[in-house]
Amino acid sequence: MIEVFLAIAVLIAFTILLSLYRAALGPGVFNRVAAVSVIGTKTIVLLVIIGYYFERPLFFDISLLYAILNFIGTLAFAKYLERGEVWS
Amino acid sequence: MVIIDVIVTLFLAAGIFFMFTGVIGLLRLPDFYTRLHATGKCDTLGEVLIIVGLLLDHIYYYVYLLPEAPLSVKLVPVKLIFLIVFIFLANPTATHAIMKAAYKTGVKPWKLGEERR
Repeated sequence: MIEVFLAIAVLIAFTILLSLYRAALGPGVFNRVAAVSVIGTKTIVLLVIIGYYFERPLFFDISLLYAILNFIGTLAFAKYLERGEVWS
Repeated sequence: MVIIDVIVTLFLAAGIFFMFTGVIGLLRLPDFYTRLHATGKCDTLGEVLIIVGLLLDHIYYYVYLLPEAPLSVKLVPVKLIFLIVFIFLANPTATHAIMKAAYKTGVKPWKLGEERR
């Protein structure tokens, strides 16, 4: 089972590398924000699989925290781009 | 036992298929709105499928087969269920927020015949 986890982790890292193209070269700021959000949500699953691969249950807490931080970061970026300020 | 490994591998393969579909949509589709249309749904479903596969694996190997495991290991499925619920709530909300911000600041939707942007 550990080989399957390693293969899935490598494939997720490859999808992150593919979406890094859109984050680096995408025309306009909205494409970049969307690509960074996608990378963040893929990183959550990558952290969970790394926790199974190294058999450390600590990684699940890190992935929960990363999910919350990624969500708040995306919302703050969207509100800033919409209104010109984060808090109105 | 082999059958649980087959089920978990099928869940993980379905999840990685949906994630690849979302990334191909993010790279290939012509417009910002269509790109978010691809990633907003495919990524949510793919990640939830992968986490459900890992959840079944954990429940079989660490809760069912290993009853003397410590409590911190036995409570890991609760964290994974929290993660599934949070992804199902937060990922479409973030997509909707970015799309609303783009629409209010005047990003025009792509129409057939225009060039890619």
